[in-house]
Amino acid sequence: MMNVVWLVMILGGILAAAVGGRIEVVANAIVSGGEQAITLSLALLAVLSFWMGLARVAERAGLLGTLARILAPLMRPLFPSLRRNPEALRHIALNFAANLLGLGNAATPFGLKAMHAMQETNPDKDTATDAMCTFLVLNTAGMTIIPSSVIALRAAYGSQDPTATVAVSLLAGLAATIAGLIADYTFRKLNRSRRQRGGRR
Amino acid sequence: MTIISVLSAWLIPLFVASVLLAGWVKKVPVFDEFIEGSKEGLQVTLRLLPFLVSMLIAIEVLSASGAMDALTNLLTPILGRLGWPVETLPIALLRPMSNSGALAVTADVLRRHGPDSFIGLVASTMQGSTDTTLFILTVYFGAVGIKNIRHSLSAGLIADFTAMLASLLLCKILIS
Repeated sequence: MMNVVWLVMILGGILAAAVGGRIEVVANAIVSGGEQAITLSLALLAVLSFWMGLARVAERAGLLGTLARILAPLMRPLFPSLRRNPEALRHIALNFAANLLGLGNAATPFGLKAMHAMQETNPDKDTATDAMCTFLVLNTAGMTIIPSSVIALRAAYGSQDPTATVAVSLLAGLAATIAGLIADYTFRKLNRSRRQRGGRR
Repeated sequence: MTIISVLSAWLIPLFVASVLLAGWVKKVPVFDEFIEGSKEGLQVTLRLLPFLVSMLIAIEVLSASGAMDALTNLLTPILGRLGWPVETLPIALLRPMSNSGALAVTADVLRRHGPDSFIGLVASTMQGSTDTTLFILTVYFGAVGIKNIRHSLSAGLIADFTAMLASLLLCKILIS
């Protein structure tokens, strides 16, 4: 997908420059775009290093486990089909907790363990289960308390208040999570009633 | 200061303080672990670099050639009526596909319009409010060999769309 997007951007730009009679800007743009990337990554390095360090302390202090335990009662009603799969539920809660804390690197292994635990009890190994869909919708909605790369970017471009959008982002993420869960629930019910109707025929 | 900016201002210091306090209570050597963890910052930045280079060059070529202006002029009458700043549209479109790609576009918007302008605030909120749907579905379903992903893509994209719309509306109501 990104291959197509990138190709269209570059070729479209070159085509537009050719049509507009200013083909000479292309070579300059390539150099200045690259320069921007280098300047930006130096600024990112500073702020990201701080958050990575803090993330490590959070992990060592066992904050993930604590947050996951607090979240577990909220997770249970979302995954009615996992009542007999506590291992999957535990990993789902850990994955969600890690994402909330902005520990993307820690979240992925928990998420993969959750997927494996759900796949074990899946009767049809090629098809996603209800719980898998709900879990990944929760995951892609991506609610997070600390969007560290955004804070880093804002600081890099001289914002007066690099964290100004943190609370708003969290609210927007919450809205996305709720909308995603409602969509997931609706698709699941539609699917089921369609299958039942098909079965009666 | 409105409630929301007070909340934003307190969220980070409180988070930092509680993480360090929790570490201290649990007898974690906080400084040593911090140093250990911050080494990862370099790896993360290095991993981002090729994405930043490729996307920022593409954006620069698009805007220097005049193609970006033409597209913006074309879309402004439509999106402007909804109060949607056209400059943030590429972020909304790229967000579900590529985290680093959208991050590069956000960087470009912040550089051109300033991080504290309304456009900059909307761009930052959009970038921070959702995760990369296509990437996550590919990785997680790929890892267990699921081929029929059912409604997860549609539901994930609905969540993304909601995040973009909510970012715009919440920025309008809460911080501008």
